[in-house]
Amino acid sequence: MMKYVLEARHIDKHFKKPVDFHVLKDISFTVRQGEFATVMGKSGSGKSTLLYILSTMDTDYTGELYLNGGLVTGKSHQILSRIRNEHIGFVFQFHYLLSEFSVLENVMLPGKKLGARTEEQIERDAREKLEMLNIGYLAEKRASRISGGEKQRVAIARALINNPTILMGDEPTGNLDSYNAENVLQIFTRLKEEQGLSLLVVTHDLDFAQRTDRIIEMEDGRIIKS
Amino acid sequence: MTNWSVILNIAKTHLLTKMKSTVTASLGVTFGIGAYITLVSFMTGLNQMLDDLILNQTPHIHLYNEIEPSPKQPVNLYGDLEGAFNVVHSVKPKQSQRKIHNALPILDYLKKDPNVKGATPQLRIQIFYLSGSIELGGNLTGVDVMEEARISNFRDYIVSGSPEALRNLDSGILLGAGLAKKMSLGVGDRVQVSTVTGGIFPLKIVGIYQSGIADIDNIQSYANLNTVQRISGEAQNYITDINVKLNAISEAPAMAQRLEKQFGIRATDINTANAQFETGSDIRNLITYAVSITLLIVAGFGIYNILNMLIYEKMNDIAILKATGFSGRDVQLIFMSQAIIIGLIGGFLGLLIGFGLSVFIDQLPFNTEALPTITTFPVNMQFRYYVIGIVFALLSTFVAGYLPSNKAKKIDPVRIIRGT
Repeated sequence: MMKYVLEARHIDKHFKKPVDFHVLKDISFTVRQGEFATVMGKSGSGKSTLLYILSTMDTDYTGELYLNGGLVTGKSHQILSRIRNEHIGFVFQFHYLLSEFSVLENVMLPGKKLGARTEEQIERDAREKLEMLNIGYLAEKRASRISGGEKQRVAIARALINNPTILMGDEPTGNLDSYNAENVLQIFTRLKEEQGLSLLVVTHDLDFAQRTDRIIEMEDGRIIKS
Repeated sequence: MTNWSVILNIAKTHLLTKMKSTVTASLGVTFGIGAYITLVSFMTGLNQMLDDLILNQTPHIHLYNEIEPSPKQPVNLYGDLEGAFNVVHSVKPKQSQRKIHNALPILDYLKKDPNVKGATPQLRIQIFYLSGSIELGGNLTGVDVMEEARISNFRDYIVSGSPEALRNLDSGILLGAGLAKKMSLGVGDRVQVSTVTGGIFPLKIVGIYQSGIADIDNIQSYANLNTVQRISGEAQNYITDINVKLNAISEAPAMAQRLEKQFGIRATDINTANAQFETGSDIRNLITYAVSITLLIVAGFGIYNILNMLIYEKMNDIAILKATGFSGRDVQLIFMSQAIIIGLIGGFLGLLIGFGLSVFIDQLPFNTEALPTITTFPVNMQFRYYVIGIVFALLSTFVAGYLPSNKAKKIDPVRIIRGT
């Protein structure tokens, strides 16, 4: 039997403001180890909302969420932060780096927070990740001084620093030109193939989605195809 | 688990990249604390000086015989009129002597008491200072001058000459500064005094006494106890006042009451004599603290404002930190530590500035006729004030930092990242 890294059971969510709105209706699905899955759907289909629930940042829902076989739902914020830090890597549409820090410091930060390795080890790992994404030469630059495509790759390196169980992306290529978008997709594919990383990416881009293992299609808060 | 090195590193980076705000916020604290230290040192210095001015001249306990009418008039003692309504007109003070009865044994008794630092006998008489045909009324107090110098600041008030000079010359006098000026006399000159009964005695001026209070300096002079006894034609045991200095001033009221009962004489303690003086000091202290706290509250609002703006500016960073595994508490600690760092740096600078200003004020010349021993502004430098200052600084920055940082703690990263 395949191991599930992520399992959602009967997840429901309502937006209560400005009027009651049922965004997610009885969502159940799983992501297996080493699987590259994409979530597609029109704007307002609830795909981003679902992703933020899966990422443990949004706790206002009913249903159950399992990560690595352990129940995540109902845990305290303190513990959820720890889980995010250790097991989930996150890449956003807008690269969201800490602009006052250097690229290297940005990548190291989650590692330092986890505190499982020494500072030297974290730095070595961070440089290794940057090298792997072909941006080793940027390490000492300020995060505010690099291009958009480079920023996204730095964000990926940051997401990988604690060797997470799953990498989640919210339109990671949405803000990039086609060359850089292709680049990011290749990186994701390589991570999956070389390191067996599980990925769950929300996207609008059909070309992008078709080159992944599996497409989960959403409409009006339901999964219509997975 | 809290990873302090990461949190402090982020706080440090925020502070360094926002140098202008950091400096502004720190300066607010610096000025608040600096002003507090300067104010409190200067104000308490002044208080201390004014207290000394009065209190040093007031013994802790003053024993004397009060001239007053008997509480029981003879008619009340007459058995046949008991219970009647007696009216006595023209009540006169009781016929008694001014001297303290058994003064020498009382002195011995007091000197053996372990609570007593010293007790000095005095004989106060009314005299006239003669200057040609002019007679100036005044007081002459006979004292044990060396004992007086030991237990009070008597020596400080002798502006020229010394207590030793008086001790060495039997017919010496320490003339009041006001008197010396009026009569154009100086150390080494002679002055004639006459008692109310008419005898004239020449005394040699061995020093000038200046208390700083003009009313006293215009009438008061000091001579040796036995000289004054001789001038007034009284015996060696004729003593009108005994001044007692205690080791602990707080025991004065209780002891005064006890002595009053024990020896049947009047005993006033320093607290009763100078109650209004304490009130003045308290109010001045109150003003000092009110001004300082106001300054610190203003500085606190400055920090509150700057941190609030910083947090709005750093919304995205906060969302990122939370998304990558920093808890709300970590984020709060990042901003709290910024506030505390501002408080520490600003506070320490404030202490330095306060110290510098205090030293500067302490050097400023301050010459006044009234205060012969003071040449510069009085400043009271106490370590205690510096401790209070830094605690104030940390407390106000803590409170000012807590509210904005609590907001940062509660920021929902999803809302920021989704841009809603």
